[in-house]
Amino acid sequence: MKIIRKIFVLFFFFLSFINNSWSQSASKFINDLTIEASSVLSSKLTDEEKIIQLKKIGENSVDINGVGLYTLGKYRKMLTDNQKKQYQDLFKSYFLKSFSGRLVGYSDAKIAVLSEEVKNEKYTIVYSKLIGTSDRPEVKIDWRVYTRDPENPLIRDLIIEGLSLARTQREEFNSIIVNNDGNIEALFENLKEFIDN
Amino acid sequence: MNRIITALFTLLLIQFLVVKKSYSNENEVKDCFERLNRVTFALNMGLDKIIFKPISKGYRKLPSPIRTGTGNALSNLSNLITIPNNILQGDFGSAANNSARLLINTTLGIAGIFDPANSLGFEKREKEDFGQSLGVMGVGEGCYLVLPVLGPSTVRDTVGSLIAMNGGDVWHNITVRDDEEYVKEFKESDYWASRVTSGVDFRAKNLEAFDAMEKNSVDLYATVRSLYLQDRKRKINNSSNKTEAMEDGDWDTLENQ
Repeated sequence: MKIIRKIFVLFFFFLSFINNSWSQSASKFINDLTIEASSVLSSKLTDEEKIIQLKKIGENSVDINGVGLYTLGKYRKMLTDNQKKQYQDLFKSYFLKSFSGRLVGYSDAKIAVLSEEVKNEKYTIVYSKLIGTSDRPEVKIDWRVYTRDPENPLIRDLIIEGLSLARTQREEFNSIIVNNDGNIEALFENLKEFIDN
Repeated sequence: MNRIITALFTLLLIQFLVVKKSYSNENEVKDCFERLNRVTFALNMGLDKIIFKPISKGYRKLPSPIRTGTGNALSNLSNLITIPNNILQGDFGSAANNSARLLINTTLGIAGIFDPANSLGFEKREKEDFGQSLGVMGVGEGCYLVLPVLGPSTVRDTVGSLIAMNGGDVWHNITVRDDEEYVKEFKESDYWASRVTSGVDFRAKNLEAFDAMEKNSVDLYATVRSLYLQDRKRKINNSSNKTEAMEDGDWDTLENQ
């Protein structure tokens, strides 16, 4: 009976250790990432230079292909291989432009990582807040971190004050497809237009 | 007569929503009037560009204590709608907390400009309205609507606003409806001034976020619709610490492709 209890205790510690290593790496990943982004945003670089730096950060820290497929919703199953390749290229350019464009206006952004919740071996949610200023209220930001490869965690979603950016993006894309009678090429055209402007 | 018509209209809408809910898919966006909504949205964006955004920019130039005091006073006023809805939702703890806040901040806090209640242990909680209470009671959101000037809504939330304007909102009663059994000092203009200031205060707090959203959306209308519907769902579920987006289901399907 004692042996069973010891095995149980060891197993529990083993699980705790694994969970801890996931959560630590996810929070540290977000903490390092936000420090890097903040230093770019508060630097004396021009906006164009900041955008280049932010795009590099986005490319290394976000699962762009995963987010891209998620945002297609039910339509991702209808893509041919060629369309899938075309979409992923377009989405990457679109995402990096949109991501850096949204951030570049925040020159005084400071994010404090608060805690994390290990959902399972694939996902950890990191809770943080954007520190408020006299012009802007404090904002809660939760990060959905994909931790299947603990050595290389990647962001899959940002939940700002409870609102999921990935879900918003998915509904935006779906709206374009639906309003064009289910024609996915219309979305591609919209993305090209956005990238070129 | 008007009240009877509004009450009947409200009941009909509620009935329609309840019936609608049983057939609805929770995650599907029900934009039954999308064409009209898009036209109204374009009109609202035009009004925002010409009126609300410039006013909000001007408001942002006011000293920070003035903006904070204004925000506090408006938030204090919103307790008049929040408290009855706390009760309707069975959240008596929040009703007591918000009543104490209203009492303390209106008196010691000088019409709500300051927030001494927070220092006394009565912390600020989420605002509630009749749309949220209907949601808690199980009424479906119905179709998405864009109202002129007022912006995004749903049939359920519009019914909620109608309830507020037909006796549910004490502030509306003592200003617009001029119920003398309450207070005589306030005028209709006070109500509209508070509504407009509330809109400007919200817009001013979100100037950068709105600009970034406008610049980086491929379909701004759909973005605003999605954010509004997610926000209402979150508020109805009172899930300020968790979110629907935490559901793993759809993310997991990616793993299998």
